[in-house]
Amino acid sequence: MQKITREVLIEKAASLLNEGVVSGVLGWKQGEFAYDVTPALFTTVDELNEQFVWGDFCGANFSKYLVAHTRKTQSKVLVFLKPCDTYSFNQLLTEHRFDREKVYAVGIPCEGMADVSKVKAIAGEGITAIESTEEGLAVTTLYNDAPVVIAYEDALAERCINCKSKKHVAYDELIGEEGDVLESGRFDQVAALEAMTPDERFAFWQKELSKCIRCNACRDVCPACTCEKCVFNNPVSGAETKAPMGTFEEKMFHIIRAFHVAGRCTDCGECSRVCPQDIPLHLLNRKFIKDINTHYGEYQAGAEVGSRAPLVNYTTNDVEPGDVFERGEENA
Amino acid sequence: MQRIGVFVCWCGSNIAGTVDVQAVSDALKNEPGVVFSTNYQYMCSQAGQNMIKDAIKEYRLTGIVVCSCSPRMHEATFRKTAQAAGLNPYMVEIANIREQCSWVHKDIPTGTEKAIILGKAAVAKVNLNAPLTPGESPVTKRALVIGGGIAGIQTALDIADAGFPVDIVETKPTIGGKMAQLDKTFPTLDCAACILTPKMVDVAQNDKIRIFSYSEVQEVKGFVGNFDVKIKKKARYVNEDICTGCGACTEKCPQKNVPNEFNLGMDNRRAIYIPFAQAVPKVATIDPNACNMLKNGKCGVCAKVCAAGAIDYKQQDQIIEEKYGAIVVATGFNPISMEKFDEFAYSQSKDVITSLEFERLTNAAGPTAGKLLRPSDLEHPHTIVFVQCVGSRCAACAEKGKEYCSKICCMYTAKHAMLVRDKYPDTEVYVFYIDVRTPGKNFDEFYRRAVEEYGVHYIKGMVGKVTPEGKKLKVQGSDLIMDEQVHIDADLVVLAAAIEPDKSARPLATMLTASMDTNDFFTEAHPKLRPVESPTAGVFLSGACQGPKDIPETVSQAGAAASKVIGLLAKDKLTGNPCIASPNELMCNGCSSCERVCPYGAITYVDKEFRMPDRTTAIRRVAQVNPAVCQGCGACTVACPSGAMDLRGFASAQIIAEVDAICK
Repeated sequence: MQKITREVLIEKAASLLNEGVVSGVLGWKQGEFAYDVTPALFTTVDELNEQFVWGDFCGANFSKYLVAHTRKTQSKVLVFLKPCDTYSFNQLLTEHRFDREKVYAVGIPCEGMADVSKVKAIAGEGITAIESTEEGLAVTTLYNDAPVVIAYEDALAERCINCKSKKHVAYDELIGEEGDVLESGRFDQVAALEAMTPDERFAFWQKELSKCIRCNACRDVCPACTCEKCVFNNPVSGAETKAPMGTFEEKMFHIIRAFHVAGRCTDCGECSRVCPQDIPLHLLNRKFIKDINTHYGEYQAGAEVGSRAPLVNYTTNDVEPGDVFERGEENA
Repeated sequence: MQRIGVFVCWCGSNIAGTVDVQAVSDALKNEPGVVFSTNYQYMCSQAGQNMIKDAIKEYRLTGIVVCSCSPRMHEATFRKTAQAAGLNPYMVEIANIREQCSWVHKDIPTGTEKAIILGKAAVAKVNLNAPLTPGESPVTKRALVIGGGIAGIQTALDIADAGFPVDIVETKPTIGGKMAQLDKTFPTLDCAACILTPKMVDVAQNDKIRIFSYSEVQEVKGFVGNFDVKIKKKARYVNEDICTGCGACTEKCPQKNVPNEFNLGMDNRRAIYIPFAQAVPKVATIDPNACNMLKNGKCGVCAKVCAAGAIDYKQQDQIIEEKYGAIVVATGFNPISMEKFDEFAYSQSKDVITSLEFERLTNAAGPTAGKLLRPSDLEHPHTIVFVQCVGSRCAACAEKGKEYCSKICCMYTAKHAMLVRDKYPDTEVYVFYIDVRTPGKNFDEFYRRAVEEYGVHYIKGMVGKVTPEGKKLKVQGSDLIMDEQVHIDADLVVLAAAIEPDKSARPLATMLTASMDTNDFFTEAHPKLRPVESPTAGVFLSGACQGPKDIPETVSQAGAAASKVIGLLAKDKLTGNPCIASPNELMCNGCSSCERVCPYGAITYVDKEFRMPDRTTAIRRVAQVNPAVCQGCGACTVACPSGAMDLRGFASAQIIAEVDAICK
């Protein structure tokens, strides 16, 4: 359950709209289903009062929306940023992807977001309503009489269990108290994959990636994927025709994507959140982050604006390619 | 559609010996776009080139593939040939079927198969080639020489002699380098100072040469013909323009116990000092780590005694920015540290010294005024043992020393031994050696004189251990010829320490993007044919920074480097390389990934207005490449996430076409 209430956010947004500081508000509104919360742009206080929602399913990271939105308008837009979103926000600024002057960023605290798949697994299909209560999420479905109550820790998304930071690294204004960068176990699963034999690992990824339906949701939501022209939409890039090659085309799509965001991925976890097939896509990115940490020293993309990512930076202390290669050999 | 001609070269038997050239030209005839294919004994010969020219005209060729040696060898030749026949020179591709094929394969079937594959890849690439036109850039007619030793001095003098201005940057307070520390020079035994100091004075008096002593190169930007260099002139706390070098300050300075670098710490200097009598520039320098005035504000004696009023305790480091057309690296060498060689008791006894320390001990301007006295008790040594190859040719102990031969030690050890026997005939001299290497004019004669005329005892074998015992040094070694252990009670042991590149070389190489070998010696563009040029255009190599060298060799290389620089500076314009990066602005995200990886600073950004796919107009930040600065390395094309950056002449599509052709 979120500590901060919807009313506090609406009040903040309404006052900024009324004062004319911002002309629009990037926030969440209710979608088709109870667990389906979707990003939206609010331009009036009435819209906010009617449609703005805030709760345990407001996982969407708005940073990427700023790229398109700041181009459309000359005025400022208010964006609510959870701690993890601020890393993407900074990374996009590092890459000059939007105009900081056109954004009013309000940092908001986050207690962790619920994972729809986990909720469905416990409560079953046909969810009609979900209420956040003191005890947990009270889930009403077509098939149960009394709501099923799911403890928050049982519904928490993996990215939130392994939350890397409760600290906002960028904002104009902060609501609530500032948190800390956390010690998380987010690389444990990567280590488990590394411990596998190459055959086991291939089998794992084949099983996972074969579920992919190439809906492109992971790419479309990814704050690191903001290219003007994605290589997968570009016939001359060669990548578009490489991906569907062979019987296991999805692997090339995801591997190419992982390489493209390597060193720029902030580990926000949006890819896995939006995957309709529940593929743990974030693990590919975390493997890169873990390797960068090992070989080039700790580096968190987006922790500060303008930081030079190890992969596009050269220092005389850089690891020699041969050493990386040897390590790869040991793992093989 | 291209009309491609394929020309397979036999290179005599170099290629034809392991590759069925007829089969290669036949196979490539069927590749897409190929309208003509042939083979010939020597494509690079006049007859071979005429064959290409005729074919271009007769078959109206739009692109050609030459299957021959490495493009480093003859790409330029064949481009000229194509140009002479009216074809754009960048429509020529080389398939390297010699170095990458015939020379590495032993049997004809595998060699032929690979040659065909390499040919197919080149054909696939030419199909996507487009004509390119190189740009031009101006040349700044001034050279920078980094290092003021004999290498840098000679290079600077030769360049200045041709009428071009030269700046020398030297980290020490004076130019002169290692040669200034030497006593006599082999094989003629003339005194180092007598032949070096006139050159130093020439440098000082030459109005084309500026000396930045006590200075370091801090930043290098730009490219051949147009380098922008920042030089840090360290504060020496003495106004160089006023100081007369009278030396009054260096006599009155109360801080007397600073180890004297010039004499390798074997005596002391003051906190304010002039390294040696013939220093150029002859001005004093205050050592900020030793000066009481600079450390705690208590003293000021030098300022009081300076009649010229040159002392300036408030002097700051100064950054000088200058443009250069060419840069010569002459950073030189140093003896390696003897720390890891404690079997020779270097750290245990003052009487175990290195050869460079020996030079100072026999030098009239040295700590003993030229009398050979042992450092511990200043007594005359009667038995001296020289140990050669300490840390050189150390293949088995690479973590301690160097695998290479330091080249100069055999000769200077023979010189030392001879000098000792000449001045002090009562002294017995032993030299332990692995081999005595004397290739050089009058070198072997010199060594023979040491043995035959001067009676130096040469013992083939290495010293295993030196043990200080009382006033003696017990030397235990092996004599491989007599097959016996040798025990010598020595008074002085002299170690011929291996030499290594100066530590400043590696960061400098990074600044210059000049390549180095594993030992940190600068790599030459070609070990035989371009020995004084670095692979980085506009950067030249002089002296021991490129490999161990003695003085005659250093001076000839310095002259060679100077002549290359003069050749460059004499040009008014340089033709650029058209194979440079160019961004597709419609796809560029403006994310700066390319800017960050660009080692030449060739990429900048502009805000431009674009018509977007949804029919709106947006101002976007997009990359721009400075064609004069871009060297075509391709780092940006790899870093670009959207594939907006591409390299002309090496487009990603061309590379992929080559790979596809190889994998087909």
